[in-house]
Order: sequence, then C-alpha cells, then structure tokens
Amino acid sequence: MNSSFWHQKQTRRWLYQLALLLGLVLLLAWLLSNTLANMKARGIQSGFDFLWANAGFDIGESMIAFDSSEPYWRAFFVGLLNTLRVSVVGIAFCTILGTLIGVGRVSHNALARGLGYAYTELFRNVPVLLQLLIWYVLLVEFMPDSQSPLHFNDWFYLSKNGISFPVPVWDPSVHGLVWDVPIWFDGEITQGISLTPEFLAITLGLSFYTSAFVAEVVRAGIVSVPRGQLEAAKSIGLSNWQTTRQVLLPQAMRVIIPPLTNQYLNLTKNSSLAVAIGYPDLVSISNTALNQTGRAVECIALIMAVYLCLSLGTSALMNAFNQRMAIRER
Amino acid sequence: MKCSPIKAALGGAAALGLSVLFSTQAWAGKTLDTIKQRDQMVCGVNTGLAGFGAADSQGKWTGLDVDVCRAVAAAVLGSGDKVRYVPLSAPQRFTALQSGEIDMLSRNTTFTLTRDASLGLHQTAVTFYDGQGFMVPVKGGIKSAKQLKNATVCVQSGTTTEKNLTDFSKANNLAIKPVVFEKLEAANAAYFAGRCKAYTTDASGLASIRSKEAKDPKEHAILPELISKEPLGPLVRRGDDEWFAIVKWVIYGLVEAEEYGITAANIEKLKAESTDPVVMRLLGKSDDTGKLLGLDREWLVRAITTSGNYGEIFERNVGEKTPLALKRGPNAQWAKGGLQYAPPIR
Amino acid sequence: MAISLQNIAPKTPPVSHTSWRLWLRQNLFANRTSTLTTVSLLLLGLWLLPQLWSWAVWHAQFRPDADACQSIRGIGACWGVVSEKYRIIIFGRYPFAEQWRPLVACVLLVSLLVVSCMRAFWRIGLLWAWVAVWLAFFGLMGGRLFGFSLGLSPVPTDQWGGLPLTLMLSSLSIALAFPLAVLVALGRRSDLPAIKTICVTYVELVRGVPLISVLFMASFMFPLLMPAGTTPDVLLRVLVGITLFSAAYTAEIVRGGLQAIPRGQYEAAASLGLGYWKTQRIIILPQALAHVVPGIMNNFIAIFKDTSLVTIVSLYELSGALGLALSGDPLWRPFKIEGYLFITLIYFAFCFAMSRYSLWVEHQLQRSQAR
Repeated sequence: MNSSFWHQKQTRRWLYQLALLLGLVLLLAWLLSNTLANMKARGIQSGFDFLWANAGFDIGESMIAFDSSEPYWRAFFVGLLNTLRVSVVGIAFCTILGTLIGVGRVSHNALARGLGYAYTELFRNVPVLLQLLIWYVLLVEFMPDSQSPLHFNDWFYLSKNGISFPVPVWDPSVHGLVWDVPIWFDGEITQGISLTPEFLAITLGLSFYTSAFVAEVVRAGIVSVPRGQLEAAKSIGLSNWQTTRQVLLPQAMRVIIPPLTNQYLNLTKNSSLAVAIGYPDLVSISNTALNQTGRAVECIALIMAVYLCLSLGTSALMNAFNQRMAIRER
Repeated sequence: MKCSPIKAALGGAAALGLSVLFSTQAWAGKTLDTIKQRDQMVCGVNTGLAGFGAADSQGKWTGLDVDVCRAVAAAVLGSGDKVRYVPLSAPQRFTALQSGEIDMLSRNTTFTLTRDASLGLHQTAVTFYDGQGFMVPVKGGIKSAKQLKNATVCVQSGTTTEKNLTDFSKANNLAIKPVVFEKLEAANAAYFAGRCKAYTTDASGLASIRSKEAKDPKEHAILPELISKEPLGPLVRRGDDEWFAIVKWVIYGLVEAEEYGITAANIEKLKAESTDPVVMRLLGKSDDTGKLLGLDREWLVRAITTSGNYGEIFERNVGEKTPLALKRGPNAQWAKGGLQYAPPIR
Repeated sequence: MAISLQNIAPKTPPVSHTSWRLWLRQNLFANRTSTLTTVSLLLLGLWLLPQLWSWAVWHAQFRPDADACQSIRGIGACWGVVSEKYRIIIFGRYPFAEQWRPLVACVLLVSLLVVSCMRAFWRIGLLWAWVAVWLAFFGLMGGRLFGFSLGLSPVPTDQWGGLPLTLMLSSLSIALAFPLAVLVALGRRSDLPAIKTICVTYVELVRGVPLISVLFMASFMFPLLMPAGTTPDVLLRVLVGITLFSAAYTAEIVRGGLQAIPRGQYEAAASLGLGYWKTQRIIILPQALAHVVPGIMNNFIAIFKDTSLVTIVSLYELSGALGLALSGDPLWRPFKIEGYLFITLIYFAFCFAMSRYSLWVEHQLQRSQAR
C-alpha cells in the first residue's frame, strides 16, 4: 500500500530537518542583523585588523620577550603561552598529588583512607575561584615584605614578589653552563627565575583542586580491577610491586585515562580564572585588548576559538590513545 | 541524491534566511524621548570611588559624577531624584553605554581619541582635569616616580592607566612590571597587602582610595609627578546629537553659573532681583535657551538648584574640607588661572 | 547405613573478628609501610591539630570588636569580622531594612529543593509547588511580579546578591536547562543528520570553552544581539549564559543514561505500535532519567560552585559580597581570610550535603536494580 507523499517516513524526516534548519538560520540571521545594525548605528568598528596594531601595554610576566611596541597578536600569543605554562605545570603537579591521594584512599591504612577522603571532600566541595582567592591572599599577606625577603645564601629569595631561584643557562662565551643567579636590589629581583605570587596562586590552587578529582578517578580505576586479578597474581608468586606494575596498573589505566583527560581539560579551562587574581593569561590579556580597542565581539570570539582548539585537540589525542589501549575482548 | 525537490526547498529556505541578513534595522527612538517616556534617567557610575561615585550602606549615591547626573536629570525631568544608578566596572562601562543600558556614563572616564572615534561614543564636557600619578608607602623611601626601576605596580584593567604606565616606563627606561587586576577592590587589596611597590591611577582616584582604604592615610604618599593628562567627563552614545548637546550644555551651564556667582542658595533671589543680562539669560528670564535644546526655559535653574554650581559640586565632593582634600588646581575657573572655561550660553 | 546420633562436644567460640584490637592491627599496623604511615601521620596530626585548635577556637575572637581582633592578630582567628559583616556577605547589597525578604525567599527555595529530593513527594503536586515557590521567590526579592507591585518596596535586580543570588542562579538554570538538555540528548542520538550535527556542534562548542568566556559573552555581547532599544536585565543575561552552559553538560549526562537502555525496550515499544515521541515519553525517558539522577546531582553541585564566577561580571554573590563588605573598611580588611573561611564553610555545607544525597540516590538505584 503506497502511502501518500506526506505520510512517507522519508518525507517527514526531511521536513523536520528542513524546519529545524530554517528556524535556526532565521534565528541566526535575526541575531546577526541586530548586531550589525546596532554596531552601525553606534559607529562601532569591527574586524580583526586591530591584531596588527601596536599593543601599547606591557605584560607583567611573559615567557617570550614582549615590549609595548609589539602588535596585539603577539600579546595574545604571550597570553596563550602563559595559559599553557600554568596548564602544563598544573597538570603535572595534580597528577602526582592526585595519584598519591587516590592510592591512599584504597590503601590498607585506615588513617590514610580517612585523610584521603577528607582531602577529596574538602577540595571538591569548595568553588575553585574561592580557593584561588584564598591561595592568593595567603601568598601575599603572609609572605615577608619585598624589602626584607627570606633568603638563603643569596641564591633563593622568598617574598611578596614571589620565589626566585637560580637556573643554569648556556653561556656561549665560555661554552658551558653558568648559573643565572637572582639579584636583589631595593626590593626588586632581576635575573634568575622568578615565580610571581599570581602564578604560584593559580598553579597551586588549580593543582590542589583538580588533584581531588584526579584522586577520585584513580580510585575508581584501581577499584575497577577485579579482585580475582590480584589474587591470581599473588597465587603465582608476584610481589606487591610486580603485581602493581604488571597487573593492576595496565588494567586500571584503561579506566583512568578518559576521565583523567577530562580533568586535564577542566584544569586548562579553569586557568581562565587567572583574570581575577592578576595573572596575565589569555583571558586577562584579551580583556585588556577588549578595553583598549572596544572590539568585544572579536576578542571574545578569539578566546573561545583558542580554548575550543585546545579542547578538541586534547580530546582527539586522548581518543587516539584510548583506541590503542582499548581492551580487546575475546 | 533523489530528493531534488527537497534540496531545492532547502536552498530556497537558506536564501530566504540570508536575505533577512541584509535588511537594516532603523535606530529606534531618541534618548531624550525614551527618558521622558520612562520618567527616569539611567546613569552609569563607578562601583565605589569615594568622592566621584560611591553608595553608602543605605544605597544612597554621592560623588562628583553622581551630582552631574542629578543636574542633568533635573534639567530634563524636573527632579534630580529621577535617576537610576548602574554601577559599572572599568571593563563593562563602554559596552553598557553602547548597548543602551545606560543613557550617560558619568564615571571618571578619560577623554581619548580612541574612545571618541572608534567606540561609537561622544565625549561631552570635561568635569575634572586630572593626571595619572603614583601612590607609594612612605616607608619605602621613594620620593619620585623616576625611582621606580624594575618596580611592580598594581593597576586596574581596562583603563588608560595601563597604557600611560607603559609609555612612562619606556620613556624613562624603568622596566616597570604591571600587575593587572580585573576589579578595583582586588587591585586595592593587593597594593595595601604589600604586593606592589606602587599603585597607579588618576591622582584624584589615588586621593580617594587613600582616604578610604588605607588604615593610616599618612603612611602612603602620592608622588608629585603626573605622568599623563586625564581629562575626565561624561560620555554619551553617538548618533543622538540632541542628547549630546543637552548633557554638554548642562555641564557648561554649571561652570558658567560659578563664573557669574550663581549658587544653589542665592538662585531664587537672583532670579527675582538680578538685572545682569548674562544672569538673566542663564536663569531663563530673558531668553529661552532651553527651547533650542528641546527642554523648557527653567532647565539650568533646576540643574543649579539640585546640585549647586560647579564650584559647589567640587567642594562638596572632593574639596579641601572632604577626606580627599583636593585643591582646585587646574579645575579652577579660567579667570582664576584654571582650565574650566565654559562657552557662553547664548 | 547406621546413623549414629551423638552429642558433639561444644567447641570453643571462634576468635572475634570485630574486636578493636584486631581492627587496629589490620587497618593501621598491617605491615611495615602501614605502621610507618600511621606513625608519621599521627605525629603530624599531633603537631598540627593543637595549633589549628588554638588559632581557630581557643584564642579566637568572636565578638565584632576590631581592636581586640587587631591585638590577637597572628595568634587567634578574628571571627568578629563574620559577626560584624555577615549580613552584607549573605545578602549582598540588598537594602538593609528589607533583608527579611531574601531570607524568607531563601528558606522557601531551600525547602522546595529538599522536598524535591525526597521520593515520597514525587507527584504532580510538586510541579505546582515549584511554580508557586518560584513566583513567591521573585515576588519577595523584587517586590514586583510581571510589572505588578506587591506592596513591597521594589528592589532592582542589580542589588540582589549573596546567597539568594547563588541559590537562584544555580537552581533556576538547572531547572531551565533540563528540558533543553533532554531535547539535545535525544537529538544527538537521532539519525536525522541535520539535527544530530546541530546538537553535536552545540554540545562540543559549549563544553570546549570555559564558563567565564560564556559569561563575558553573555554580559557584553547579549545586548548587542538584541534589537536596538531593548536592554536585557543583567541577571537575565547571566542566567541565559549559565543555562546554555549547564544544558550542554546535562545533555551529555542524559545521553549516557539513554545509552544504557537496552535495544529490547525500543523494539518492544515499536512492536506495540508506539511512535517516536510516545516511546520516549512513556518507555525510554523514565528509565533513562532514573539512571542519571546521581549524574545530574553532580552537575548541580558543579553549577552551584560555578555560580561563584559571576563575581567576575560584577554580580555580587558570596565572594563578591565579601569584597564589597571589606572594601572601604580598612579596619576589617586584614581579616579577609576569616571571611573567606566563612564562605568556604557555607559552600562546603551545601555541596557536601548534595554529594551525600547523590551517593544515597545511587545506592538506592543499585538496590532497586538488583534482582
């Protein structure tokens, strides 16, 4: 029995999609026309050409040399590098800490279990912005004043300006590594490596916050390995360390990796909160650019695009990793 | 694919949708009409800068910028109380004005070329001639801004302050490291906690912050150098020349009132008795200047009665008897050697 | 075969496996590492805990006396800052005299949320209760409802702040995001390519960006997107931003629940002649949603914590209100840490309660699933 054109399932499917697409296009067109009309009526200029204009502002800390005469795109790049710096250090630190706490939560020792539980509950149930603000206040209020820093042998300095320590650099004139030692003068430190309180606050704050989640993920991974595996390992005489390394970890890893990636992504996205404590990450610099040039739409679109690329890239990497590690069932 | 009529329909729909894109929308209504219809003016002010725009715990707003808003509201609507104040942080202020959320931005905003030309805004008249300065703790021993080599300086994001600081640092080879905060409270807190060697913003802002936030204002010194010109004044949206003229001339009217000795106290007496032609014109007795602006003839009388003349506004909010203790300096009348020079209201 | 029935001599009772000595031995001193861990942790605790107690309780100052607080600075905590400023911290810039209104509104809202969590109340009357309580909430907070004055003095939305703001933003955004999330999850699983692509794009786009950029976009760009002359309320903009954000995450959770439904259910529904929407409404969604309640609770906890970010777009929730309370007040500003600890306590109390509830629901579900 041939149903009519309108009653065929194919037709209905296409009609629904058509209707949805039409609705969406109309909505977007309406929003766009509003935006363009508003911008025209108010004489707001638009376009990405501002990226090649002179930035005109300095950035407090950057990994590459940056001067106020450099263009805006370079300022954005400095912001991106600062974000990546926080993310990489934070990811490393939170993984180590989180693994320790996660392992502690499944250990035999009741004290370790209890403390691990208290730690995860405490750090998971407090908003990350609040934790960052508390860290910043602690680092700034309770550090010694920059005029009288705590120093160890003129090599390490600890003050409200941050932590400074020497670093070996390659010196071409002597063809060898020399120590680049921080020099303290009148409350300011030059040379050496300085970690500002802003960087420390955001890295430590994010690491401790994310490590609570990583601990949960690690715990879930370890618990997911069937007890039979451990008992079998014991029965063939493997020591504790061998069991952990060769039986427990490989199987636990498969369960741990996907949610762990999620946590790494969360840490990267949470680093955008640096704008609240004065660390010049991507969002903070984009904010400054937004205020100096008035191009709100372009700047916000740019940061969303960058974060999207970071997220999608990491997800793709992890999916590939996951494919390789997937359990090949019988 | 076999669904070509469907494809055609899809294409048609897309074309229809895109055609909506290129239709323009008329700019809806003039600001003055909207304000009159609403019977309320919306004024963007500072979140909390004593002397310029701050609310007390009861929610009552005071300050130099607030008094200017009240004067404009009185001129337009008849009463200085018909104002709704919207506190705005530095990053939000321009988009709030551009979007129509506020009618005028009276928030110690510096006039610059970028803001006048590319943000879709108009700068009206300067209400406060200022400059950017530095505040340092006295015990740091710094007496001049040129001693700030390699110093960390706390600054708020979204202001001309950042750029001026950079220019100054470059011109004097100081390699200053700015620590940029999104919120004013965070910047203040960091400076008073000792994170930075110096704090920089407009000199009037420094005086205000020192008077309110420092535990002992005497422990902090404002350095003598002013590293930039900061003419502060209200801004309005582009595209509405009528509203622009009203705000501008209310401010000029207040300055002119001080020049001719009209105060909130003696305005009734002068209105009844004065024979000075300039005074009579200002008070609407001889000419109706209000009609040319779209208001009635008592527009300036109401503005002066509500807030006082420019000098009174200055003295009440930031003058020598207030905690800010600012001298008139460049804000004095031109006849007294200052920069406040109102074009004639004629 | 002969069975001999004899009394067997009574045996000695088994060694108790529940004595505290045994528990100690198994859990704290099982082997060398364990003993070492126990001893070091105990020593650490013995060193740290008395100091903490002395700072937080013994030498602490509870009265709102700034001078006394200053004198014990570094030795004891100054909880006086909380007793002095708690009203601004909890209610933000809401007019002082009218603060009973947000208090009542909060209590109503929290009771509604608590009642909604109890299974005994899951019937249609709950939906009416939701509508009624939300109307009461907005009426009390704003003093006007849909333009009609309620006899209370009107309070504009930019003066709402503190705890009521946090509760309102998080619960309203989750409630509004839920229908959208269900639609998006269904759309993502559909086999109509256009719908699937749109839903996937939406979810991946929103999940890939930080909430703060969504909030910036909402507060800066939303007015530009609307026709000239309309100015959306500042709270509305933030609410739209958070709703769109939480809808994407909730959609993923609901999709996880939908994936857990076996194909047999769909096939049985088809064999009964039920269409797509009927199947979803009667068969699939009730089962899927029951599965995802713990996940949604976790999402709610995350959104509740994320509302603290609105302080960056200048809405004064708890941490913003603390900054407001201490700005312009140099007497109390040195005691910011105690203020932060107070807010931490509030957030911790709410989030911990919610996470325990979510665990309990999970256990209930597991019990009901067991055959």
